Amino acid sequence: MLTPVTAPRRETLSDSHGAVAEHNPNLRHHFDTMEQQFDSATLGMWVFLLTEIMFFGGMFCAYMIYRSMYPAAFASTSAHMNPKWGAINTAVLIVSSLSMALAVRAARLGQQKALQILLLITIFFGLAFLGVKAVEYHEHWVDNKVPLIAGHWDYSNTEHEPNQAQYARQAQILFCFYFFMTGFHAVHMIVGVGLMLTIFAMARKGKFDAHYFTPVEISGLYWHFVDIVWIFLFPLLYLIGRTKELI
Amino acid sequence: MHQVPSVRTYVLVWLTLTIMTIVTYYVSKIEMGEWNIVVALLIAFFKMMLVVLIFMNVKAESPLTKLFAAAGFFWLILLLGQVAIDYISRTWMPEGKMW
Repeated sequence: MLTPVTAPRRETLSDSHGAVAEHNPNLRHHFDTMEQQFDSATLGMWVFLLTEIMFFGGMFCAYMIYRSMYPAAFASTSAHMNPKWGAINTAVLIVSSLSMALAVRAARLGQQKALQILLLITIFFGLAFLGVKAVEYHEHWVDNKVPLIAGHWDYSNTEHEPNQAQYARQAQILFCFYFFMTGFHAVHMIVGVGLMLTIFAMARKGKFDAHYFTPVEISGLYWHFVDIVWIFLFPLLYLIGRTKELI
Repeated sequence: MHQVPSVRTYVLVWLTLTIMTIVTYYVSKIEMGEWNIVVALLIAFFKMMLVVLIFMNVKAESPLTKLFAAAGFFWLILLLGQVAIDYISRTWMPEGKMW
């Protein structure tokens, strides 16, 4: 004999047609709450940032080995970089991180106008950073301090090292690290500016409110990560051997 | 949702980061031998922690996110540490030793 089914039906999914009338349209059906959706997105972004730490970590590791092999060459070669530009760019990036953090804050509080203005400020300082970097690269090009490119590598500083040819090769290694590390960092900055433009366009279309601001938050995480990479690049590339500075 | 830090907190963090940048710029001119790199990296580490905890708001995130963030730095320390141990313990380094 069959017994009548008394168990209640499974709850409807949050964005299915049978769902309760009031739910945030940005809530995907595989999440229970907006908060759970937000936490999942943040965690996913951190996983991506971990791969980025590995990416830059490899370069920092190689830098560590070569710097320990040729400390003298690295120290005096660093004097050919302009620490003032490096310091200015560090300050510029820190300001952009502040405006980014404030933009995320505005998004959380649902202040749409402030969010858009702060995103524009962030984009401005991101571009300012890239501008300074371009000026620096141009200086290295004019000074013939670009390794691996014929006619653009001339290293004639011999006052610290009698063996000029060997010393020039060691100095070339530091400049390779310099261009690869700052170059990859600059690529990340360009991507970051593109992200911010996208977020700005989304904000203008009114895609965010106090309950849904996940894209702003995770793009902010990316921006701060790129800032952190520079925080380490600045002392490692610009500030070595300044005690015996030539400039 | 999560608690929102005040504007004052963010501005204070920014001020600290800027001051630390100026400090690291001038401290690098003082001759301290092996300690120059140690001081520079300590300042950079301090700045990183401020950005991670306050700007990236890890302080207020779920324990799982905190664990993931910490795992990244743990992995990096493994990479740099293990490689450094290998190079420190060898005698064929051209100029003798790690800095």
